[in-house]
Amino acid sequence: MKTLADLRAVKEKAKQEMAMREQSAKYRISVAMGTCGIAAGARNVMSAILDEISKRGIQDAAVSQTGCLGCCDQEPLVQVTGADNNTITYSKVSPETARQIIADHVQAGRVVSEHVFNMG
Amino acid sequence: MQDLTRVDEIVQHYSDVKTPLIYILKDVQKEYGFLSDVVLTHIAKKVDIPLSEIYGVATFYSLFTIKPKGKYVVRCCNNAPCYVKKSKEVLDAIKSYLGVEVTETTECGTFTLEFTSCLGLCAVAPVMMVNDEVYGNLTPEKAVAILKDYKMKGLSNA
Amino acid sequence: MHRNHVLIAMDAHTIAQGARAVRDALKRALDMTSLTDEVKVIETGSLGIYNRGVVLVIFPDNVYYVGVKVEDVAEIVSEHLIKGRVVERLHYTDVPVEKAAEMGAAPRFGKQQRVVLKNAGVIDPESLEEYIARDGYEALGKALTTMKPEDVIDIVKKSGIQGRGGAFFPTGLKWSFAAAEEAKQKYIICNADEGEPGTFKDRLILEGDPHSVIEGMALAGYAVGADMGYIYIRGEYRMSIERLNRAIQHATENGLLGENLFDSGFSFNLEVREGAGAYICGEETALIESIEGKRGEPRDKPPFPPSVGLWGMPTIVNNVETLANVPQIILKGADWYRSMGTEKSPGTKVFTMVGNINNPGLIEVPMGTTLREIIYDIGQGIPEGKGFMLAQMGGTTGGILTEKHLDLPMSVEALREIGSGLGSGALLVVDDSQDVVELVENFVEFFNHESCGKCTLCREGNGRLLELLQRINAGKGRMADLNLMEDLAVTMMKGAFCGLGQAAPVPILGCLKYFRDDFVRKIGAAEMAAAA
Repeated sequence: MKTLADLRAVKEKAKQEMAMREQSAKYRISVAMGTCGIAAGARNVMSAILDEISKRGIQDAAVSQTGCLGCCDQEPLVQVTGADNNTITYSKVSPETARQIIADHVQAGRVVSEHVFNMG
Repeated sequence: MQDLTRVDEIVQHYSDVKTPLIYILKDVQKEYGFLSDVVLTHIAKKVDIPLSEIYGVATFYSLFTIKPKGKYVVRCCNNAPCYVKKSKEVLDAIKSYLGVEVTETTECGTFTLEFTSCLGLCAVAPVMMVNDEVYGNLTPEKAVAILKDYKMKGLSNA
Repeated sequence: MHRNHVLIAMDAHTIAQGARAVRDALKRALDMTSLTDEVKVIETGSLGIYNRGVVLVIFPDNVYYVGVKVEDVAEIVSEHLIKGRVVERLHYTDVPVEKAAEMGAAPRFGKQQRVVLKNAGVIDPESLEEYIARDGYEALGKALTTMKPEDVIDIVKKSGIQGRGGAFFPTGLKWSFAAAEEAKQKYIICNADEGEPGTFKDRLILEGDPHSVIEGMALAGYAVGADMGYIYIRGEYRMSIERLNRAIQHATENGLLGENLFDSGFSFNLEVREGAGAYICGEETALIESIEGKRGEPRDKPPFPPSVGLWGMPTIVNNVETLANVPQIILKGADWYRSMGTEKSPGTKVFTMVGNINNPGLIEVPMGTTLREIIYDIGQGIPEGKGFMLAQMGGTTGGILTEKHLDLPMSVEALREIGSGLGSGALLVVDDSQDVVELVENFVEFFNHESCGKCTLCREGNGRLLELLQRINAGKGRMADLNLMEDLAVTMMKGAFCGLGQAAPVPILGCLKYFRDDFVRKIGAAEMAAAA
């Protein structure tokens, strides 16, 4: 490290990894990981979400897991909560859909309407 | 005649360090268990510092010992933060269990009882150390139970 | 990218309560459930919870678990990390306020302010990158590339920071003395020989954020023209020693220590020196003697170390907490630092609360916070419904504070006014079930043991005081003993060679002043019994 620019490059990279501990996330993404969700493929959905966030360098999203939401037939379920505390629930999410949710909803702010599930 | 080649190696190891005496004494003690007259005399020759001075250093610091110690060194804290959390009761229980006073070693050579200076673990006071392990939130019963475990361990390893 | 970070507090307190075994069990459980790529385990410094066993916090959920045992780990993994269900029986909701504030949540009560401890319990202390992510080494980069050494001294002077080892000497002024010396070689020493009973702030800073101290030392080196530093640390502080050595290695590998830093021509190297167990070595000239491989006996002063120090060269000796403040002062400026604390004592102060208190441990508050706020708000009062008898501020050499001092602001000037001081920042709280005369005997036992023996007043004075107190506590005291103790104590204060002998009488005189009745009652009962 010989310049302040070198130092800042390290800083930016490390900040991204630590972002989840700062609680400043604009979007909170939670994957239902009950037995039903996992049986329906939630683990792969989780991996896809983490991978996509990392690839896109998104810093203001936090990912967590939650239990069964009570509609096991709709699993895997993914919920995205925005800064306004509005939660959108997506159902029957495949790894590909999960990537789309990250790209459209979390990065660009557009809800992926064709996969939205109304929990009523 | 005691083998002193390790002393030579340790002195050699610190040849690049400025004023390394305390490091040398620490490592030699680790190797030989305590700092005997023979060892100290040999170090004095090697580092060219008068034996009187080396003896002065070896007896000044509490982590050095010029006497052999027990297999397990029990160090009780009795500084004020432990004291107000009843460390004296713990110490009394340990003394009566081991049958020795502070600075003494049990006849079987298993335990040496000492005081420790404050370890800064006052939030879990009272505390004691057994060799390098630290135990907190002690009661007289808990302390004796811990020492009983060590006694068993000492017997099975003997 | 990980979906969860599990922070596990690895400090001496939690290790004493089994943190290592829990960490290993957690790593095994994550491995067995194939979660190692998704969940990152980070060992951090103290999380600010001290007497509740092993402490974990799971992010981003910000859920704290306390009293975690090896057998609980499987449940935390299967319930929380896999299914997202909080394990309520271990859940700790009374999150330390400083952490809540640090993490952006609303603080429950805003008494604490974290400057020195801003990284402790937040970052992985073994990760240079995480330190850098939170502005680490930016002050050093800024100073070396845009500031002259005298500018650095100037900011430190203007900030008004005083030495946090206990003497509260203005740091900037000390630096300017060494900077003015012409010498081939100068040294920076970090005094980490923390031995004052009840004090563990330096250890938690070193365990939780070692790079902040390293960066502070490099800045001090640049300011005064020293290219070599030593960290003198208690031999008992194994974890701090390991973390420091690793941090020095990482900083050196990344060009943040060593030759020609930031292409400025300034070089700085660091070495850790371990003590071998001697309370007196916290005194700066005794410490220097010890680094020189000798008995740690204090030197005659003057000359002071900034003129003649280690191996006869100009030397700055600063406390850990002082040095950890320096990078932020350089980065954020003197005005920012002065915005905290009082006019005469700017900044924050780290205190360790110990003894008969509900919520013991380490806190950081602005200078000037009252004793009542510290004991009753942050410390949550005295356990078992007992009353407050006294507090001792600054370790065993500290002054005695009683009920009437509860609303006194804890600042250098306010305590100086009543003939006391902040000392090391250890706050011993003593409840009213304790026998004050026996407590004083305990204090004197300590001094008698720790006196280095160089001067007669301290060596013999403490010995005689101990005899008098033992006699009184054995029920054989005489009223004349009280005056004798006072005479002896005052003589020691005036005539002892170094700070230890001068400070030892402080708590004795304090107790004799505020609790004289207890002494008189005890001696009175003894005299009655003897006469009967």
